[in-house]
Amino acid sequence: MNTSRRSPWLTLSAILVYIFLYAPIVVLIVFSFNASKTNIMFEGIVNKGPCGPFYWYCQLFQNQDAMDATRNTLVIAFTSTIISTIIGTAAALALQRYDFRGKDVSETTMYFPIVTPEIVMGIGILVLFSAVFGWINTGLGLAPDQRLSMGLGTVIVSHIAFSVPFVTLVVRARLHGFDNRVEEAAMDLGANELMTFARVTFPLIAPGVLAGAMLAFTLSLDDFIITFFTTGPGATTLPIYVYGLLRRIVTPEVNALSTIWIMVVLVAVGISQWFQSRE
Amino acid sequence: MLQKLRENRPLQGTLLMLPTLLVMVFLLVIPLLMTVVTSFGQRDPDGNVIYAFTLENYWRLLGFTADGGWDSLYLNILLRSLTLAVQTTVLVILMAYPLAYFIARAASKYRTLLLFLVLVPMWTNFVIRIYAWVMILRSQGVLNSTLAMVAGLLHVPFQPLDMYPSQGAVLIGMVYEFLPFMILPIFTSLEKIEPSLYEASADLGANAWRTLLRVTIPLSMPGVVAGTILTFVPVIGTFVVSDILGGKQVILVGNLVQRQFLDARNPPFGSAASVILLVMTLALTLYYTRRFGLGEEIAAG
Repeated sequence: MNTSRRSPWLTLSAILVYIFLYAPIVVLIVFSFNASKTNIMFEGIVNKGPCGPFYWYCQLFQNQDAMDATRNTLVIAFTSTIISTIIGTAAALALQRYDFRGKDVSETTMYFPIVTPEIVMGIGILVLFSAVFGWINTGLGLAPDQRLSMGLGTVIVSHIAFSVPFVTLVVRARLHGFDNRVEEAAMDLGANELMTFARVTFPLIAPGVLAGAMLAFTLSLDDFIITFFTTGPGATTLPIYVYGLLRRIVTPEVNALSTIWIMVVLVAVGISQWFQSRE
Repeated sequence: MLQKLRENRPLQGTLLMLPTLLVMVFLLVIPLLMTVVTSFGQRDPDGNVIYAFTLENYWRLLGFTADGGWDSLYLNILLRSLTLAVQTTVLVILMAYPLAYFIARAASKYRTLLLFLVLVPMWTNFVIRIYAWVMILRSQGVLNSTLAMVAGLLHVPFQPLDMYPSQGAVLIGMVYEFLPFMILPIFTSLEKIEPSLYEASADLGANAWRTLLRVTIPLSMPGVVAGTILTFVPVIGTFVVSDILGGKQVILVGNLVQRQFLDARNPPFGSAASVILLVMTLALTLYYTRRFGLGEEIAAG
């Protein structure tokens, strides 16, 4: 293709943008091996204890708060992803393939979270839960240790709320070119609805569902703002934990944590690419 | 019963839609209505909400003080958020477009890899990414020490740059955070353009610039529109980037809302600020999508 002749300025600007994207990542990784505890200047590679240059990595695994935050983050991400993928896919099927009353309203409502600033949604959920919990707690006269409060449950529920529209959008995009005749053919050949869905429809939309689930998972892992307003005691996630550290002192443990994080994601994506290329 | 469900397609559709609709009603519509209701209320000395109907909170945001005076503090905050959101969006478009174009025109075997490289930084944590910019920009940070080293080699005097905390640092952080949200939709719409259109344009005597201005850019507008919404909406409501990179100097409407809820314990005033933020965002996105068409490529991002 003769149009692929590119100006060197375009290549140069692309390289500069890539450098901009990667500079912070490189800094994060390099400083995870820093000898200095304060994380301001790079004072050579740490070599302490049995772990040597991986000193901060070992420290991290002994840090109970960081481990708890990791566990909470994963519990929230897995639970909210599973639920939002199921109901979001159902909604995509409904909007793309069925006619029912209130379809237009449903469609508009689905787009609303995308154009609503996260803080507005977070504040709204906080206002709702604190009012409802207040009414229940005083109404039933619950003892202090029985009172409802913000925690893992409220975070999971709000993560479902912001990821569902994205799942629906992605699955709908996949359903767009769907040929209804393959389902009719399956039914004509004697399959019932359940069999048709399991053997024909689902395999065809599975890549879209998987893409939607991955998007929901990523959004949940990375969410700070909505979690910040809906979290409570015992439900600290990694972003909230790191934000709390920024007010005090950040040790290279945080860098070690993010280095591990990015490595895990790279390996996971690598594995899924490998599986896809085998198919 | 089951037979009835089998034949009734509208009922099937409603049932499939119902769970999501319930989530949207209980966690989006009702919370927003509650926020609006709260914004008309007052607080008691303990920070509890007294439901009432007063426009006091809105008047205060618009600059009218309780003693009948005028104070533009909150208007300035709104204006600063708006300015920063526009600046971020423009810078992000200027940086994302060449890269998206570069990727779209690369050989197809490299395309996935180049796109993948755009996404990898997004998989570190949001708060950590912003913190990395603190490490780069602060007075003894990576950038200043690198510059000092270069200056030392060239034997020129060097004064460390005072970049953090500042509004400029906040702008850098915002651009960094949202760049991928612009690159992906622009790439998607550029990739859809038939190569034969470029050839036709060249055959008809247009040079590279003219083709870019008359063919490429107009056809990639849906991507730019989608990317603009995906950038502008989160930027205008953020408080994290300004909190971490702006120190105490850069207060945006997001910071105002957050402080009213968590530090000042004045939910009615915070709710009013939140409602104004929502109205401002919706009005601008509505105007923008009416003007440039709906961003159909939002789904791709």
